[in-house]
Amino acid sequence: MIVRISDDALARALGADALTDAFARKGHEVHRTSSWGMHWLEPLVEIDGMGFGPATLSDVDAILDGTSPKAIGEIVEHPFIARQQRLTFARAGRTRPTSLEDYEQTGGWAGLRRARQIGSEQIIAEVLESGLRGRGGAGFPAGIKWKTVAGAQADQKYIVCNADEGDSGTFADRMVMEGDPYQLIEGMAIAGEAVGATQGYIYCRSEYPDAIRKLREALSLCAGIIAPFRCEVREGAGAYVCGEETSLLNSLEGKRGEVRAKPPLPALQGLFGRPTVVNNVLTLTAIPHILEEGGAAIYANLGMGRSKGTMPIQLAGNIKHGGLFEIAFGITLRELIHDIGGGTESGRPVKAVQVGGPLGAYIHPDQFDVKFDYEEYTAIDALIGHAGITVFDDTADMGGMARFAMEFCAAESCGKCTPCRIGSTRGVELIDRIRAGGRKADAVEVLPVMHNASKAGRAPEQDVALLTDLCETMKFGSLCALGGFTPYPVMSALKHWPEDFFSREGEKAEKVLDRSGA
Amino acid sequence: MSTTEARVAEIVAEHAGQEGPLIPILHDVQHALGCVDAEAEAVIANALNISRADVHGVVSFYHDFKPKADPRPEVQICRAESCKSRGVEDLMSAAKAAAGERVKLTTVYCLGLCSAGPNARVGDRLHARLDSAALTELIENAR
Repeated sequence: MIVRISDDALARALGADALTDAFARKGHEVHRTSSWGMHWLEPLVEIDGMGFGPATLSDVDAILDGTSPKAIGEIVEHPFIARQQRLTFARAGRTRPTSLEDYEQTGGWAGLRRARQIGSEQIIAEVLESGLRGRGGAGFPAGIKWKTVAGAQADQKYIVCNADEGDSGTFADRMVMEGDPYQLIEGMAIAGEAVGATQGYIYCRSEYPDAIRKLREALSLCAGIIAPFRCEVREGAGAYVCGEETSLLNSLEGKRGEVRAKPPLPALQGLFGRPTVVNNVLTLTAIPHILEEGGAAIYANLGMGRSKGTMPIQLAGNIKHGGLFEIAFGITLRELIHDIGGGTESGRPVKAVQVGGPLGAYIHPDQFDVKFDYEEYTAIDALIGHAGITVFDDTADMGGMARFAMEFCAAESCGKCTPCRIGSTRGVELIDRIRAGGRKADAVEVLPVMHNASKAGRAPEQDVALLTDLCETMKFGSLCALGGFTPYPVMSALKHWPEDFFSREGEKAEKVLDRSGA
Repeated sequence: MSTTEARVAEIVAEHAGQEGPLIPILHDVQHALGCVDAEAEAVIANALNISRADVHGVVSFYHDFKPKADPRPEVQICRAESCKSRGVEDLMSAAKAAAGERVKLTTVYCLGLCSAGPNARVGDRLHARLDSAALTELIENAR
């Protein structure tokens, strides 16, 4: 009997390797596949299309004799899978990640073969027609970026894949790299064909050892297929800011991962000063499908408004049915969290969800009818980002989460621009002061010569005004999205859950920070 | 030539001809020696014909490179938003108690298993859906 178990990092972290050994010891052939993306069921065991999960070693016998209570029925019929429109994740759960045979049998390399026949101009025309927008967060049309690079003159151009997926609540890039690495590589080779680049780099974060290992294995196996295009994996070194494209380029060049001012655009002066396409993993992975015969039109017909195609949405945090859910744009948060996600795992009411990682706004349940679309999110002062959704139950302290957003920015700031470097630290202090109920006048303020200083200290309301002002400065004055978007979680938390910032009246008196002795 | 110098020179030589070799070199040095110290920085700077300040600037920028080797086993615990929403902060005091001086606990921001936190990493092995007992056991068994 053939038993299929995922070798995705999440399944492995939950004991999939030991489970594989157990089935192998009983004389069964075990195929390690990619993950279906139903994370609450991992490790998921598949036998003849039927699923069993979450499986433990003690379930092995019952699964084999068909009496296991962990049976979930036919996997493809499961509502979580049946409701999806999978293009990028079409192979998820179905193929062995680094098997060239599996990849070819499921339509692999068809996009690249066709791209080589139709040539640069037609490739770019089709990517433009598909309406594909950059999946990293900014949502910039991929075709326009490619056109700029294709039009630039240089002896060497580069394709850089941004696989520095540092946002908490996101794991789609990781699942692609671990589960379907050839699709990403094919997308890069097509991009190379389109713009005239022969060298690619995948910049993957060091927190993803499994992804790095599989990409390297895949690249060595398919080198002959993608030639003359060459590609290499580069490992990040723990800096969150390197997910920003210019900082990533500096890191690839062997420099500090500091953000560059734009212009010049990386499309014209990118890696080593050469024209460079920098695209997210999900953007490049969408390409092979788009380049298949008629693929661009199919893609353009999905979605809503200017948000075309499908988005691999990641359901994370305190959610009952967490995992990877790919669907056309236009779905509401309510459907995602309640119908598909099943509410919180703790069973408590949902208090807030953060969409788009640490730099995304906290969204209140009153806003759950917002449709998944770049423009709709912008209209409510939120962002889709990389489409990670982190759910919080009613025990969450939103004042604490706002403070964490500033603290995270302070820890990860590259230090190049002042609003981000200094502002984040001042932001932490301000939130602490607001939460402590303000402060008394300090030793200098009470001196008789300080005529203009307030002798009454600072009230929390004054500090809220200052925090708002600071957030405005960071938003408009920072060089990149790290400092520029940190105000989103902070201001949205303050707007929707002010009670989590202001301490209750009784506690106020004792918690006031006293700096008069300082 | 000290053993450190010899080993670092060897690593630099392995990366000859690579575009932008500094970060890959630093990874290999960190892996081989457990740190990238001043002595290693000097060898690298000399071999790549850049200043020691340039190398030090890069080493100190990235969290993965350490100026001093720490012989203790390391357990990385994710404390980013998703793991917070799944209660990692409630595990921290027990984790610190279990670690004591023997194990080095470090915070990472995201291991990419956000639907199944709290998560931790020891070496290249990841661990998910940790509760207090599982995390304590993990820390006690870290070698």
